[in-house]
Amino acid sequence: MHQNEFVQLITPFKDKVFRLAKRLLVSTEEAEDATQEVMVKLWAKNETLSELNSVEAMAMTMTRNYCLDQLKSKRAGNMSIAHSNYQDRQAGLQQQMEDGDRLQWVERMINDLPEQQRMIIQMREVEEYEFEEIANVLGMNETAVRVALSRARKVLREKMMQIEQYGIG
Amino acid sequence: MESVKNIELLLEKYFEGETSIAEEKVLKQYFTSETVAPHLEQYRSLFGYFKAEQEEKLEQPIVLTSQKTTLYRWLVAASIALLLGGGFWFTQQEAPQNAVAQSELGTYDSPEEAFEETQKALAMVSGHLNTGIESIGYLNEYENSKNQVFKQ
Repeated sequence: MHQNEFVQLITPFKDKVFRLAKRLLVSTEEAEDATQEVMVKLWAKNETLSELNSVEAMAMTMTRNYCLDQLKSKRAGNMSIAHSNYQDRQAGLQQQMEDGDRLQWVERMINDLPEQQRMIIQMREVEEYEFEEIANVLGMNETAVRVALSRARKVLREKMMQIEQYGIG
Repeated sequence: MESVKNIELLLEKYFEGETSIAEEKVLKQYFTSETVAPHLEQYRSLFGYFKAEQEEKLEQPIVLTSQKTTLYRWLVAASIALLLGGGFWFTQQEAPQNAVAQSELGTYDSPEEAFEETQKALAMVSGHLNTGIESIGYLNEYENSKNQVFKQ
Protein backbone atom coordinates (compact mmCIF):
# COMPACT_ATOMS: atom_id res chain seq x y z
CA MET A 1 0.00 0.00 0.00
CA HIS A 2 1.28 3.44 -0.85
CA GLN A 3 1.28 6.26 1.61
CA ASN A 4 -1.44 8.04 -0.37
CA GLU A 5 -3.70 5.01 -0.30
CA PHE A 6 -3.17 4.69 3.41
CA VAL A 7 -4.07 8.31 4.02
CA GLN A 8 -7.24 7.70 1.98
CA LEU A 9 -7.98 4.67 4.12
CA ILE A 10 -7.70 6.47 7.45
CA THR A 11 -9.48 9.67 6.40
CA PRO A 12 -13.00 8.46 7.31
CA PHE A 13 -12.07 7.62 10.89
CA LYS A 14 -9.08 9.71 11.91
CA ASP A 15 -11.38 12.22 13.63
CA LYS A 16 -13.04 9.39 15.55
CA VAL A 17 -9.66 8.19 16.75
CA PHE A 18 -8.80 11.72 17.83
CA ARG A 19 -12.10 12.19 19.65
CA LEU A 20 -11.79 8.87 21.49
CA ALA A 21 -8.24 9.78 22.50
CA LYS A 22 -9.43 13.16 23.70
CA ARG A 23 -12.26 11.59 25.68
CA LEU A 24 -9.68 9.56 27.55
CA LEU A 25 -6.71 11.92 27.75
CA VAL A 26 -8.75 15.17 27.96
CA SER A 27 -5.99 17.42 26.62
CA THR A 28 -6.14 18.26 22.91
CA GLU A 29 -2.37 18.12 22.47
CA GLU A 30 -2.09 14.70 24.04
CA ALA A 31 -4.99 13.44 21.93
CA GLU A 32 -3.25 14.74 18.79
CA ASP A 33 -0.05 12.96 19.77
CA ALA A 34 -1.98 9.78 20.49
CA THR A 35 -3.70 9.92 17.09
CA GLN A 36 -0.37 10.43 15.40
CA GLU A 37 1.13 7.51 17.29
CA VAL A 38 -1.76 5.17 16.52
CA MET A 39 -1.68 6.04 12.82
CA VAL A 40 2.05 5.40 12.57
CA LYS A 41 1.56 2.06 14.30
CA LEU A 42 -1.24 1.27 11.90
CA TRP A 43 0.96 2.25 8.97
CA ALA A 44 3.61 -0.13 10.24
CA LYS A 45 1.03 -2.93 10.00
CA ASN A 46 0.51 -1.96 6.38
CA GLU A 47 0.87 -5.46 4.89
CA THR A 48 -1.61 -7.14 7.20
CA LEU A 49 -4.32 -4.46 6.99
CA SER A 50 -6.07 -6.07 4.04
CA GLU A 51 -6.75 -9.17 6.16
CA LEU A 52 -8.78 -7.18 8.66
CA ASN A 53 -12.56 -6.99 8.67
CA SER A 54 -12.50 -3.41 9.80
CA VAL A 55 -9.45 -1.20 9.90
CA GLU A 56 -11.50 1.35 11.79
CA ALA A 57 -12.29 -1.10 14.61
CA MET A 58 -8.60 -2.01 14.73
CA ALA A 59 -7.63 1.67 14.93
CA MET A 60 -10.14 2.30 17.71
CA THR A 61 -8.87 -0.69 19.71
CA MET A 62 -5.30 0.51 19.30
CA THR A 63 -6.35 3.98 20.43
CA ARG A 64 -8.03 2.56 23.51
CA ASN A 65 -4.95 0.52 24.40
CA TYR A 66 -2.55 3.37 23.75
CA CYS A 67 -4.53 5.88 25.81
CA LEU A 68 -5.08 3.52 28.72
CA ASP A 69 -1.34 2.86 28.76
CA GLN A 70 -0.69 6.58 28.75
CA LEU A 71 -3.05 7.09 31.66
CA LYS A 72 -1.50 4.24 33.57
CA SER A 73 2.05 5.53 33.21
CA LYS A 74 0.86 9.00 34.08
CA ARG A 75 -0.70 7.71 37.26
CA ALA A 76 2.44 5.75 38.03
CA GLY A 77 4.43 8.96 37.60
CA ASN A 78 2.01 10.65 39.98
CA MET A 79 1.12 13.38 37.53
CA SER A 80 -2.33 14.83 37.36
CA ILE A 81 -4.14 15.12 34.08
CA ALA A 82 -4.36 18.74 33.08
CA HIS A 83 -7.97 19.73 32.69
CA SER A 84 -7.00 22.65 30.55
CA ASN A 85 -9.50 22.17 27.78
CA TYR A 86 -12.64 23.33 29.45
CA GLN A 87 -12.07 26.94 28.62
CA ASP A 88 -11.39 26.63 24.94
CA ARG A 89 -14.94 27.03 23.68
CA GLN A 90 -15.59 30.49 22.37
CA ALA A 91 -18.36 32.42 24.00
CA GLY A 92 -19.84 35.52 22.50
CA LEU A 93 -23.26 36.62 23.59
CA GLN A 94 -24.66 35.97 27.03
CA GLN A 95 -26.88 33.15 25.78
CA GLN A 96 -24.01 31.53 23.95
CA MET A 97 -21.94 31.76 27.06
CA GLU A 98 -24.62 30.07 29.11
CA ASP A 99 -25.00 27.32 26.53
CA GLY A 100 -21.24 26.95 26.41
CA ASP A 101 -21.15 26.66 30.18
CA ARG A 102 -23.74 23.93 30.06
CA LEU A 103 -21.86 22.02 27.40
CA GLN A 104 -18.71 22.32 29.47
CA TRP A 105 -20.57 20.90 32.42
CA VAL A 106 -21.76 17.96 30.37
CA GLU A 107 -18.19 17.41 29.25
CA ARG A 108 -16.93 17.49 32.79
CA MET A 109 -19.62 15.06 33.93
CA ILE A 110 -18.75 12.61 31.18
CA ASN A 111 -15.06 12.88 31.89
CA ASP A 112 -15.75 12.09 35.54
CA LEU A 113 -17.12 8.69 34.55
CA PRO A 114 -14.92 5.59 34.74
CA GLU A 115 -12.78 5.12 31.62
CA GLN A 116 -14.79 2.26 30.21
CA GLN A 117 -18.08 4.13 30.47
CA ARG A 118 -16.45 7.17 28.93
CA MET A 119 -15.40 5.13 25.91
CA ILE A 120 -18.85 3.57 25.58
CA ILE A 121 -20.59 6.95 25.80
CA GLN A 122 -18.16 8.35 23.24
CA MET A 123 -18.63 5.54 20.74
CA ARG A 124 -22.40 5.30 21.14
CA GLU A 125 -23.51 8.92 21.55
CA VAL A 126 -20.95 10.71 19.43
CA GLU A 127 -19.79 8.12 16.89
CA GLU A 128 -23.14 6.29 16.81
CA TYR A 129 -21.63 2.81 16.79
CA GLU A 130 -23.82 -0.27 17.12
CA PHE A 131 -23.42 -2.35 20.28
CA GLU A 132 -21.69 -5.04 18.29
CA GLU A 133 -18.99 -2.62 17.12
CA ILE A 134 -18.43 -1.22 20.61
CA ALA A 135 -18.22 -4.73 22.03
CA ASN A 136 -15.66 -5.56 19.38
CA VAL A 137 -13.44 -2.55 20.10
CA LEU A 138 -13.58 -3.00 23.87
CA GLY A 139 -13.40 -6.78 23.91
CA MET A 140 -16.66 -7.05 25.88
CA ASN A 141 -19.95 -8.75 25.14
CA GLU A 142 -22.92 -6.73 23.88
CA THR A 143 -25.00 -7.14 27.01
CA ALA A 144 -22.19 -5.79 29.17
CA VAL A 145 -21.89 -2.79 26.84
CA ARG A 146 -25.63 -2.16 27.06
CA VAL A 147 -25.62 -2.38 30.86
CA ALA A 148 -22.61 -0.07 31.20
CA LEU A 149 -24.16 2.41 28.76
CA SER A 150 -27.45 2.47 30.66
CA ARG A 151 -25.58 2.98 33.92
CA ALA A 152 -23.54 5.85 32.49
CA ARG A 153 -26.63 7.52 31.02
CA LYS A 154 -28.41 7.33 34.35
CA VAL A 155 -25.45 8.85 36.19
CA LEU A 156 -25.44 11.71 33.69
CA ARG A 157 -29.19 12.21 34.12
CA GLU A 158 -28.83 12.36 37.87
CA LYS A 159 -26.05 14.92 37.68
CA MET A 160 -28.03 17.00 35.19
CA MET A 161 -30.95 17.04 37.59
CA GLN A 162 -28.75 18.18 40.45
CA ILE A 163 -27.54 21.07 38.36
CA GLU A 164 -31.08 21.86 37.31
CA GLN A 165 -32.11 21.98 40.96
CA TYR A 166 -29.19 23.76 42.53
CA GLY A 167 -27.87 25.69 39.58
CA ILE A 168 -24.44 25.66 38.02
CA GLY A 169 -21.54 26.24 40.33
CA MET B 1 -42.46 16.75 14.43
CA GLU B 2 -42.26 14.24 17.21
CA SER B 3 -44.97 14.29 19.83
CA VAL B 4 -43.87 14.97 23.39
CA LYS B 5 -45.41 11.68 24.46
CA ASN B 6 -43.26 9.80 21.98
CA ILE B 7 -40.14 11.61 23.15
CA GLU B 8 -40.92 10.73 26.74
CA LEU B 9 -41.25 7.07 25.79
CA LEU B 10 -38.00 7.17 23.83
CA LEU B 11 -36.24 8.78 26.78
CA GLU B 12 -37.38 6.00 29.05
CA LYS B 13 -35.99 3.40 26.67
CA TYR B 14 -32.88 5.51 26.19
CA PHE B 15 -31.90 5.39 29.85
CA GLU B 16 -32.37 1.63 29.90
CA GLY B 17 -29.97 1.35 26.97
CA GLU B 18 -32.71 -0.03 24.74
CA THR B 19 -33.00 2.58 22.01
CA SER B 20 -31.62 1.93 18.52
CA ILE B 21 -29.25 4.31 16.75
CA ALA B 22 -32.19 5.57 14.67
CA GLU B 23 -34.24 6.33 17.80
CA GLU B 24 -31.29 8.08 19.39
CA LYS B 25 -31.00 10.22 16.29
CA VAL B 26 -34.64 11.23 16.75
CA LEU B 27 -33.83 12.28 20.31
CA LYS B 28 -30.78 14.27 19.23
CA GLN B 29 -32.87 15.92 16.53
CA TYR B 30 -35.63 16.83 18.97
CA PHE B 31 -33.38 18.23 21.67
CA THR B 32 -31.38 20.36 19.27
CA SER B 33 -34.53 21.88 17.75
CA GLU B 34 -36.08 25.17 18.79
CA THR B 35 -39.12 23.73 20.47
CA VAL B 36 -38.32 21.59 23.47
CA ALA B 37 -41.09 21.00 26.00
CA PRO B 38 -40.25 22.92 29.21
CA HIS B 39 -40.26 19.85 31.44
CA LEU B 40 -37.73 18.17 29.12
CA GLU B 41 -35.48 21.22 28.93
CA GLN B 42 -32.94 19.59 31.27
CA TYR B 43 -31.92 17.06 28.61
CA ARG B 44 -31.14 19.68 26.02
CA SER B 45 -27.52 20.25 26.93
CA LEU B 46 -26.82 16.52 27.07
CA PHE B 47 -27.96 15.82 23.52
CA GLY B 48 -26.67 19.20 22.39
CA TYR B 49 -23.24 18.23 23.64
CA PHE B 50 -23.24 14.92 21.76
CA LYS B 51 -24.25 16.69 18.58
CA ALA B 52 -21.56 19.33 19.03
CA GLU B 53 -18.89 16.73 19.74
CA GLN B 54 -19.51 15.06 16.41
CA GLU B 55 -18.12 18.18 14.78
CA GLU B 56 -14.79 18.11 16.59
CA LYS B 57 -12.02 17.54 14.07
CA LEU B 58 -8.38 16.63 14.19
CA GLU B 59 -6.72 19.89 13.15
CA GLN B 60 -3.24 18.47 12.79
CA PRO B 61 -2.19 16.69 9.62
CA ILE B 62 -1.03 13.13 10.15
CA VAL B 63 2.65 12.63 9.40
CA LEU B 64 3.71 9.09 8.67
CA THR B 65 7.28 9.34 9.85
CA SER B 66 7.85 5.60 9.62
CA GLN B 67 10.41 5.91 6.82
CA LYS B 68 12.28 8.58 8.66
CA THR B 69 12.14 6.53 11.85
CA THR B 70 13.55 3.44 10.18
CA LEU B 71 16.40 5.48 8.72
CA TYR B 72 17.00 6.95 12.16
CA ARG B 73 17.01 3.50 13.71
CA TRP B 74 19.50 2.26 11.15
CA LEU B 75 21.74 5.21 11.90
CA VAL B 76 21.62 4.47 15.62
CA ALA B 77 22.33 0.77 15.00
CA ALA B 78 25.20 1.59 12.67
CA SER B 79 26.83 3.98 15.11
CA ILE B 80 26.55 1.47 17.96
CA ALA B 81 28.12 -1.21 15.75
CA LEU B 82 30.87 1.20 14.82
CA LEU B 83 31.57 2.05 18.45
CA LEU B 84 31.67 -1.60 19.52
CA GLY B 85 33.79 -2.59 16.55
CA GLY B 86 36.16 0.31 17.16
CA GLY B 87 36.46 -0.56 20.84
CA PHE B 88 37.14 -4.21 20.04
CA TRP B 89 39.77 -3.30 17.48
CA PHE B 90 41.37 -0.89 19.94
CA THR B 91 41.67 -3.48 22.72
CA GLN B 92 43.05 -6.01 20.26
CA GLN B 93 45.69 -3.46 19.29
CA GLU B 94 46.49 -2.78 22.92
CA ALA B 95 47.08 -6.40 23.89
CA PRO B 96 50.49 -7.00 22.25
CA GLN B 97 51.79 -3.76 23.76
CA ASN B 98 50.83 -5.02 27.19
CA ALA B 99 52.73 -8.20 26.53
CA VAL B 100 55.83 -6.18 25.70
CA ALA B 101 55.44 -4.02 28.79
CA GLN B 102 55.20 -7.09 31.00
CA SER B 103 58.34 -8.58 29.56
CA GLU B 104 60.20 -5.42 30.47
CA LEU B 105 59.34 -5.61 34.18
CA GLY B 106 62.56 -7.46 34.80
CA THR B 107 63.21 -11.11 35.54
CA TYR B 108 65.86 -12.93 37.50
CA ASP B 109 67.68 -15.87 36.13
CA SER B 110 68.61 -17.65 39.36
CA PRO B 111 65.81 -18.74 41.76
CA GLU B 112 67.77 -17.59 44.86
CA GLU B 113 68.05 -14.07 43.54
CA ALA B 114 64.38 -14.05 42.69
CA PHE B 115 63.52 -15.30 46.18
CA GLU B 116 65.57 -12.56 47.85
CA GLU B 117 64.08 -9.86 45.71
CA THR B 118 60.59 -11.13 46.43
CA GLN B 119 61.27 -11.13 50.15
CA LYS B 120 62.54 -7.57 49.95
CA ALA B 121 59.46 -6.47 48.11
CA LEU B 122 57.14 -8.19 50.58
CA ALA B 123 59.03 -6.73 53.55
CA MET B 124 58.57 -3.26 52.07
CA VAL B 125 54.86 -3.82 51.69
CA SER B 126 54.43 -5.12 55.27
CA GLY B 127 56.56 -2.24 56.59
CA HIS B 128 54.19 0.26 55.01
CA LEU B 129 51.23 -1.67 56.28
CA ASN B 130 52.54 -1.50 59.87
CA THR B 131 52.89 2.28 59.72
CA GLY B 132 49.19 2.30 58.98
CA ILE B 133 48.41 -0.01 61.87
CA GLU B 134 50.32 2.17 64.38
CA SER B 135 47.94 5.04 63.77
CA ILE B 136 45.01 2.71 64.39
CA GLY B 137 46.36 2.43 67.95
CA TYR B 138 44.87 5.85 68.72
CA LEU B 139 41.47 4.41 68.13
CA ASN B 140 41.94 2.24 71.22
CA GLU B 141 42.03 5.41 73.30
CA TYR B 142 38.55 6.25 72.12
CA GLU B 143 37.48 2.75 72.91
CA ASN B 144 38.88 3.04 76.46
CA SER B 145 37.22 6.37 77.21
CA LYS B 146 33.97 5.09 75.77
CA ASN B 147 34.15 2.15 78.11
CA GLN B 148 34.69 4.52 81.04
CA VAL B 149 31.61 6.54 80.18
CA PHE B 150 29.33 3.66 79.32
CA LYS B 151 30.31 1.15 81.94
CA GLN B 152 29.78 -2.30 80.72
